[in-house]
Amino acid sequence: MKKLKLVMVGNGMAGVRTLEELLKLAPDLYDITVFGAEPHPNYNRILLSPVLAGEQTFEEIVLNDLAWYQDNGIDLRLGRKVVDVDRRKRVVIADDGSSAEYDRLLIATGSNPFILPVPGNKLDGVIGYRDIADTEMMMATAKTHSHAVVIGGGLLGLEAANGLKMRGMDVTVVHLTDWLLERQLDKTAGKLLQSALEARGIKFRLNTVTDELMDNGEGRVCAVQFKDGDVIPADLVVMAAGIRPNTELAEKAGIPCNRGILVNDTMQTYDPRVYSIGECANHRGIAYGLVAPLFEQAKVCANHLAQLGFARYQGSVTSTKLKVTGIDLFSAGDFMGSEGTETITLSDPIGGVYKKLVIKNDILVGGCLYGDTADGGWYFRQIKENANISEIRDHLMFGESALGDVGHQGQSSAANMPDSMEVCGCNGVCKGTIVKAIQENGLFSVDDVKKHTKAASSCGSCAGLVEQILISTVGGAADVKPKSEKAVCGCTELNHGQVRKLIREKHLTSLKQTMGELGWTSPDGCATCRPALNYYLISTWPGEAKDDPQSRLINERAHANIQKDGTYSVVPRMWGGVTNPSELRRIADVADKYNVPMVKVTGGQRIDLLGIKKEDLPGVWKDLDMASGHAYGKSIRTVKTCVGSEFCRFGTQNSTQLGIDLEHDLFNMWSPHKVKLAVSGCPRNCAEAGIKDVGIIGVDSGFEMYIGGNGGIKTEVAEFFVKVKTAEEVREYNAAFLQLYREEAFYLERTVHYMQRVGMEHIKKAVLEDEANRKALAARLQYALSFEQDPWKERIETPVLKKEFDRIPVVAVEEAAV
Amino acid sequence: MNWLDICALEEINVLGSRIVDGPKGDIAIFRTSNDEVFALDDRCPHKGGPLSQGLIYGKRVACPLHNWQIDLESGEALAPDVGCSHKYPVKVEGGRVLLALKTLSDCA
Repeated sequence: MKKLKLVMVGNGMAGVRTLEELLKLAPDLYDITVFGAEPHPNYNRILLSPVLAGEQTFEEIVLNDLAWYQDNGIDLRLGRKVVDVDRRKRVVIADDGSSAEYDRLLIATGSNPFILPVPGNKLDGVIGYRDIADTEMMMATAKTHSHAVVIGGGLLGLEAANGLKMRGMDVTVVHLTDWLLERQLDKTAGKLLQSALEARGIKFRLNTVTDELMDNGEGRVCAVQFKDGDVIPADLVVMAAGIRPNTELAEKAGIPCNRGILVNDTMQTYDPRVYSIGECANHRGIAYGLVAPLFEQAKVCANHLAQLGFARYQGSVTSTKLKVTGIDLFSAGDFMGSEGTETITLSDPIGGVYKKLVIKNDILVGGCLYGDTADGGWYFRQIKENANISEIRDHLMFGESALGDVGHQGQSSAANMPDSMEVCGCNGVCKGTIVKAIQENGLFSVDDVKKHTKAASSCGSCAGLVEQILISTVGGAADVKPKSEKAVCGCTELNHGQVRKLIREKHLTSLKQTMGELGWTSPDGCATCRPALNYYLISTWPGEAKDDPQSRLINERAHANIQKDGTYSVVPRMWGGVTNPSELRRIADVADKYNVPMVKVTGGQRIDLLGIKKEDLPGVWKDLDMASGHAYGKSIRTVKTCVGSEFCRFGTQNSTQLGIDLEHDLFNMWSPHKVKLAVSGCPRNCAEAGIKDVGIIGVDSGFEMYIGGNGGIKTEVAEFFVKVKTAEEVREYNAAFLQLYREEAFYLERTVHYMQRVGMEHIKKAVLEDEANRKALAARLQYALSFEQDPWKERIETPVLKKEFDRIPVVAVEEAAV
Repeated sequence: MNWLDICALEEINVLGSRIVDGPKGDIAIFRTSNDEVFALDDRCPHKGGPLSQGLIYGKRVACPLHNWQIDLESGEALAPDVGCSHKYPVKVEGGRVLLALKTLSDCA
């Protein structure tokens, strides 16, 4: 098939990100040509300020070197400005007369600095602050001249002022309004910021209008005159009074513009062949100037260029961070507050800390932090997720750590961690390594950090902390999303919810069919998506979809837990934690016969035989003659019980028998993640039912059921679900809840996280309030389990399944070894 | 090259592997979805994990212990990890898998 032609005008961050996303989705769809007016490959424009301040070099902020363009077969035309588009002939024309035809055109021309219309604005020494050339010019001027004036006290202006000050110039910032950063901070925070910058030697003139830039007689600026008549010396004037979308080319081509090139939710302009993204585009009245929204736009645009056609851009909540070392400020959303909003403030002018949170209808809608921004990322997430904060309102101001135990999810205070502190305990990655990787490689997502550093790539429990570090390093540019919105893995654009829904709607029953129909970009998927898809298929279509052992990770394939030396552990099931002399004798015999190096009692009331060779597993299972304990699976694990009313003098219910019954009810159940239960016979709760996925506490009048507990990485106390009268009811409610979880949760989502996502109300509605639905759920679980059998027994009895465990001997090895 | 007859191709599951008792330890033989076969020392360069037990996709295997991604063709770990497992010449002829016990190394 002949490739389509894609031409991109503009070689900046938003545009190139679109190409990266596009190449991931459809690597062979287009011949791509890129025109860049600057003579550089794509670099990280938001890091120009650290370059100016001497903290980084230009080489360090390049995002895509020339080899990248070459490797991806992109025809890169640097130093050429596109001057015209002939939309009828579908061709763009550059300033050197060269041209390129297109089937799709992407205009990503970015923005231009706004140059004040005052006399003298064309003099030498007067510049905007936009690109590498401007930065280099400022650095050179700082060596030969001494007085700099920055017009505009916004983010860019202050970063420029700070950089020039660091390079030894005398700097004055001229600002039109009452306080600095009026688009990011309220007045109080703005004043705090001003004093901090004044302490560094930067001078300010607020409420000041520039009247004229004066010529030194040789065509170079020498002073600035203000409306009030004052004159100050200036060898360099930096215009940082805002940016204007660069729509020159689009307007010339007759594409409708209004403070930006007008685009719809698919980033398409009025000409369906022409797309536009980035600072030049106006989406629903907003031309974004921050990098995070631009990356979201890039994803959407790539989706449509790749002809997938399902993504929509619906605007962004933005947050900002000033990149001036030593000054911490953070703002997001509606930080000023408006009608119908409430404000919580904390102000310590002497200590230099100011925090303001803006709340509307119990939802955090904005905030600005100065001096202590450790919780900025956490607040930002609350804002983006529209979380209801009414229950935590009392503590909201004091950040997430004030909410109690935060475990290792890491929302604590990434910003305050020393560089040497270990973040990822699995792979031994320190904070400093992560920060360095983020800065040097220009990373914006947790996935990127995983790829470059291995942090959070094993057990994943530090992913939250890595996310915090990412946010504290790159601020609002961080690409952070809740799991429910994230793509399953690099093989697809779809998230878990979409995949589940499509498997159901399209009645997909095999992996191959699913990957084909849903446009997987890699033929076999990967180690992340295949186990998830396999689970979704068998849980959605029991009896119809066939389990694929090759898409299960090793423990579920070998039906035992792999250990560090490649041996396995075997945990036979002990129903309700009850065993007998005959089972114990068999366990002892197996331990002797196979020289088991360790026999250990587990936390789930059973016995673990460790250090068994894989080829011995079927023999061990046969000799044990006990059911599989599924200690290795995303499946039902154990039902822990206390001795209950049969023996205990306090017992009110027969918890042991109920535990055994529940365990039989759920035997062989695969689930999104592991599932553990416990049944206690009285409120003393010896079986620790409060930290189980389903915990049951017997009381005199019946049973209390709790759901969503977790004793692992982060302890979560189960929430009260319902009180019922009989053991039969417990079994029905339990089956219904777990079936709901099996049908709705995302792969690797524990009950607690599922509950947090869908809400307790939803679960109660489905299981408690609707009796017919409860019974239907329980019946569906029973139906699904009717197709399952004990995997150990199956493997002892079926020769073809035993193959997995056999080794191939090699004869005549001596002669063969060369 | 001294080729040893190992087994029929069907004896290895698609996207599966088998372990051969090699003279210097286990050798893992992998079969991809296109019925290509590859042979590597059954030891991950990271902590010696048995690669034969990993999940196979494309021409890669993910180590079962810590999810290092190993390229089946070269035996090398994918960035950011660094390391290499020795590879062995292996081919399919007439439906039989043939292996030569000569270690090849691309390892830098």
